[in-house]
Amino acid sequence: MGTELVYAPAPESRATVHLRGSYGLFIDGEFCATRDGGMTTTTNPATEEVLAEVTHAGAGDVDAAVRAARRAQSRTWGRMAGAERGKYLFRIARILQERSRELAVVETLDNGKPIKESRDVDLPLAAAHFFYHAGWADKLRYAGYGPDPRPLGVAGQVIPWNFPLLMLAWKVAPALATGNTVVLKPAETTPLTALLFAEVCQQADLPAGVVNILTGAGDVGAAVVAHPGVDKVAFTGSTEVGRQIAAAVAGTAKHVTLELGGKAANIVFDDAPVDEAVEGIIRGVFFNQGHVCCAGTRLLVQESVADTLLAALRRRMRTLRLGDPLDKNTDIGAINSAEQLARVTALAAAGDEEGATRWSPPCDLPRTGYWFPPTLFTGVTQAHRIAREEIFGPVLSVLTFRTPGEAVEKANNTPYGLSAGVWTDKGSRALWMAQRLRAGVVWSNTFNQFDPASPFGGYKESGYGREGGRQGLGAYLDAAY
Amino acid sequence: MTVTVPSTPSTRLPGSLADTLASDASLRRFLHGLPGVDEVGANARAAALSTRSLKTTAKAAALDLAITMVDLTTLEGADTPGKVAALAAKARRPDPADPTAPAVAALCVYGDLVAVAKRALAGSDVAVAAVATAFPSGRAPLEVKLADTAAAVAQGADEVDMVIDRGAFLSGRYGRVAEEVAAVRAVCAGAHLKVILETGELGTYDNVRRAAWLAMLAGADFVKTSTGKIAPAATLPVTLVLAEAVRDFHEATGTAVGVKAAGGIRTAKDALPYLVLVGETAGADWLDPTLLRLGASSLLNDLLMQRARMARGRYVSPDDFTLD
Amino acid sequence: MPRTEVRKTYKLFIGGAFPRSESGRVYPVTDARDRFLAHVAMASRKDARDAVVAARAAVAGWSGATAYNRGQVVYRVAEVLEGRGAQFADLVAAGEGVSAAVARRQVGAAVDRLVWYAGWADKVAAVLGSANPVAGPFFAFSVPEPTGVVACLAPQSSSLLGLVSVLAPAVVTGNTTVVLASQRLPLPAVTLAEVLATADIPAGVVNVLTGHTAEVAPWLASHGDVNGLDLAGADAELALSCERAAAATLTRVRRPSVENYGDEPGLGRLSAWLETKSVWHPAGR
Repeated sequence: MGTELVYAPAPESRATVHLRGSYGLFIDGEFCATRDGGMTTTTNPATEEVLAEVTHAGAGDVDAAVRAARRAQSRTWGRMAGAERGKYLFRIARILQERSRELAVVETLDNGKPIKESRDVDLPLAAAHFFYHAGWADKLRYAGYGPDPRPLGVAGQVIPWNFPLLMLAWKVAPALATGNTVVLKPAETTPLTALLFAEVCQQADLPAGVVNILTGAGDVGAAVVAHPGVDKVAFTGSTEVGRQIAAAVAGTAKHVTLELGGKAANIVFDDAPVDEAVEGIIRGVFFNQGHVCCAGTRLLVQESVADTLLAALRRRMRTLRLGDPLDKNTDIGAINSAEQLARVTALAAAGDEEGATRWSPPCDLPRTGYWFPPTLFTGVTQAHRIAREEIFGPVLSVLTFRTPGEAVEKANNTPYGLSAGVWTDKGSRALWMAQRLRAGVVWSNTFNQFDPASPFGGYKESGYGREGGRQGLGAYLDAAY
Repeated sequence: MTVTVPSTPSTRLPGSLADTLASDASLRRFLHGLPGVDEVGANARAAALSTRSLKTTAKAAALDLAITMVDLTTLEGADTPGKVAALAAKARRPDPADPTAPAVAALCVYGDLVAVAKRALAGSDVAVAAVATAFPSGRAPLEVKLADTAAAVAQGADEVDMVIDRGAFLSGRYGRVAEEVAAVRAVCAGAHLKVILETGELGTYDNVRRAAWLAMLAGADFVKTSTGKIAPAATLPVTLVLAEAVRDFHEATGTAVGVKAAGGIRTAKDALPYLVLVGETAGADWLDPTLLRLGASSLLNDLLMQRARMARGRYVSPDDFTLD
Repeated sequence: MPRTEVRKTYKLFIGGAFPRSESGRVYPVTDARDRFLAHVAMASRKDARDAVVAARAAVAGWSGATAYNRGQVVYRVAEVLEGRGAQFADLVAAGEGVSAAVARRQVGAAVDRLVWYAGWADKVAAVLGSANPVAGPFFAFSVPEPTGVVACLAPQSSSLLGLVSVLAPAVVTGNTTVVLASQRLPLPAVTLAEVLATADIPAGVVNVLTGHTAEVAPWLASHGDVNGLDLAGADAELALSCERAAAATLTRVRRPSVENYGDEPGLGRLSAWLETKSVWHPAGR
C-alpha cells in the first residue's frame, strides 16, 4: 500500500553562471595580475571538477591593496556624506538581489552546500545585510556612539569557507556603512562569490579602492592582519587562528574582533514541542553540513524524554537527502574539502574509540567528491572528544541531563560560548535559561536564525565583538573604545 | 481502488488509551499531555516541505496520484440530481480526451443526493461520500445528526464525512465530542468515517492536534481538515499537524488513520505539496487514496491541465476540460 | 505645428484606486503666475471618511509586515520617484515658481528623504526600544508599535519635499495615512500617489485627498478612528480648532512649526506615531 514519491533529479540550471577561466586580484577598482604571488585553482567539492583558476596573492599585492584602501578612505570614502555612502550600499544590495540566482549557483558549486540553502538563506541574508547597513550610514549619530562617531580607517577582513558570500556581507557592509574601506581575503577553497562580488562593486560604480579582494591561503590572511596600514582586523574562522591573530596584534593600535568556533548545546526539556524540536535539532547541526560555528552540536536532552526524542530524531534523519548540491531536493551537500572530510572522519572515529554509539541513516554516498553522512552519537559524556572539540561536520553528540540547573552547568562547561538552544513550552524557563547560558546567542524554540538586525558573536573562546544590529557598528567606529 | 475496511474502534485501542475515553477529565489529561506544537516552527517546516521540487517523472506520477486522491465535491444548496449526475460522469472519466487519466477516489455530496450519485456511478470504482451530522455547522441535537447519517448510509453511501461539535470541543466537553463520533461511527456500519475537525475554527495548532487525537480515539477512519465553508480551510501547516497525529496514533495502536485536506486547494501547485508533506511526515504508506484524500472541485481540472501539458509538451487551454 | 498634448486629470487616491470626489466638485489649480494648470478633486467629508476606512483596513497588513519589508517598499518608492524625477521637477517649478535647477534639487532631496526614512524601518526598535533592567526576576522589554491611522495635513508651500517628509515617517513605522495635500499646490501629491500605486505600497497604506484644507481638516481631526494628526499644513487658527477637536478622542497631535524641510529631520516624526508597549515575563524554572 502506498507509493513512494520518488523525487526525480531536479537540478538547478548552471546556465545563469558565466565564470571566467582565470581570476586576478581586485585592487583599486580593477582586476589585476599578481605582482609577486602565484596561481592556484578552486574546485567543486561535490565532483572534484576544477571551476576556475584564481590568484594566490603575494606580499606586494597585500601592500598595494592596503595602500589603495587607505587612499580611498582618506580622499573619498571617509569624506563622503553618510547618505551618499548609504546609496552605494543600497545599489549593492539591489544588484545582489538581481543576480541572486546566479550567485547562489556559484556558491553551491564552490562550497558544496545545497542550492536550496544558498538560494533561500545565503543570498537573501547577504542582500539583507547590505540593505540594513546602508540605512545606518547616515544615522550613526543615533546609534549610541556619540554625536559624530568616526571610522577606524582601513579594515583587514579574513573570512571562512562555510558561508562565503554571507560572511563577506557581514564584514563589508558594516565596515563601509561606517566609513571604513576594506581589504578582504576570502577562504582558500571558496573564492568565487567574493570575486563576483568585486564585479558587483564595479556595477554599482563603487569608488575605486573602497573594497579590495585578495584571494589566497592562510599566509595571505596573516599578511593582511599584520600589515601596519590596517587599522581594524575582523576575523571569522577557527579558534586556533583566532588566538594567533590576537597575539599578532598585541601591542599595536589595531582594533580586533574575532568570531571563532563553538560547541553549542541544544537543550531539549520534557515539555518541548517535540516535532518542532526535532526540526530544530536537524537545522541546528545538519544545516550547511554542520559547517556552522554556532551549530547545535551537543544535544542535551532531558533524561525522561530522551528515548522518545531520539526515536523521533532518527525517524526524521531517515528522510534527509544527501547528494548533488545543485539538486533542489538535496538537504545535505558535500563536505567543503578533502582536509575537512579527514578531520570530521578522524573525530568521528574518536567517538567510536571512546565508547559512544554511532548511528547514521542509510545513505548512498556519491563516488566522487567529499561526503559524510548525517551522524548521531549517543552515550556521549562531557569528557569525550566529540563532546568537547568542534567537529565542523554533520555529527551530533547526545548527552542527557535531569534538571534545568544541570543543563545550564553542562551547557556552559566548555571553553566555547557562541550559541545555545533551549526547547521548552514554558516561557519563564526559556528566559531563566537564557539568562544563565554563557553564550552570545541563545535561541529558544528555534535555531540558526540570523538577521542583520540581531547582533551575533561569542563569549569566551568563541571570540569577542558582535556583528549585526546597532551593537555591531561599534566594532568599526572610533567612538566605541 | 478500494475503500479501507474500517476497524472497530473499541478493539483498536490498547487499554491505556481506551481508558482515556472514560471522562472529560481523563480525556483532558491525555489530550493536554500531548506535546505542544510551536506555531512558528510548524509553519517553517510546512514551508520547507513545499520547496521540494517535483520534476519530470516525479511530477507526472504525483499528478496521477493526486487525481486518484480527489474527493470531487459539490456541496451547494442549489445542487440538483442533474448537477450530481454531471459531476459523477466527470468523476469516473475526468479527461474526455484522454482515457488514461485515472478516475477520482470519490464523489462527495449532501446526504439527500446519495442515491442519485450511486446510480450515476454504478459499475465504477468511484466511491460516494456523504456529508452528514448537520454539515457544516454541526449545531443540531445528536438524534438529528444520527438520523442524517443513517439516511445517507441507507441510500448507499460508502463514506461519511461528519463534523465534530466545535462548541463542545472549545468549551472542554471532550467526552461529548468523542461520544458523538463514536455514535456516528456505529451508525455508519460498513461505511468509512471521516471526521471533519474544522481546523479554521479551532484557533491553535495545539487544538488541532488534540482534536485529531480525540477523533481517532473515538473511531475516526480519516481526520479531515475542513468543511470548505469557512476560511481558513486546509493549509499545509494544519495538515502537517494531522500527518504527525496519524503517524503517532499508528505508532501507539497499529491502526492507520487517513488524512483529508479539504477546501482552498485550487491548483496542482497547491495540491502536490500536500502529497510531499504527508509522505515525508507520516510515511509512504499514506501516499494512497485509502489514506490520503484531497477535497476539492476546481482542483481536478488544473491537475488534468498539468497532466496534459506534460504529455503534449505545450501549455493547454482550460476549454479542453469540462466544467460540470 | 507643435503637437497638441493630452492633459492629465487629477483625482483622489483612496484604497489604491483613483476615484473622483463623491461630491462631484473640483477646483482650479494655478501656477505661481496664476495661470490655469488643472482641476483637482475637491474632497468632501465623505471622501475623508472613505479614506479613513481604507487606511484602517490596511493597518493589519502593513503593521504586520516585517520592518525589513516596509523599508524595502519605501526604498522602492524612492527608486520609482527617481525615475520620474523630471515630471516632478516640472510640477514643482510650475507650482512653486522656482527655477528648474532648484526644482530638480528639491526632487533629489525628496528621493533622498525617502531613502533616509526607508533605512529607519528596521532600526527604530533598536533606538527607541529597550530591554528594561527592572528590579525583579523578570525579562522586561519595551517595543515601539505603530499607533494606527495618521492623518497628515501636508505642508502648504513645500509641495514635494515637505509632503514626503510628513508621510514617509508615518508609513515606514507601520502606520497608514490619510494625506490632505497642500490646497494651492496639490499636483505633486496626486502624482506621487501614482508613484505609490506602482511601487508595491499596498492599497490603503497611503490615501491622498485634495481639497480645501479648512473644510476637510476638521473632519479628520475629530474622527474617532484616526489615531494621529500631523498639523504641518494648518495655519494657527485651524491648528487650534483641530487640536481642540482631536482632544475629544485623544488623538495624538503634532502641532505645526516653522520647518526647514531641507534639514535632516531627526527622530520627531518617527517617534510621534509610535506607541511604546512594555512587556514583562518572569524568568524562573
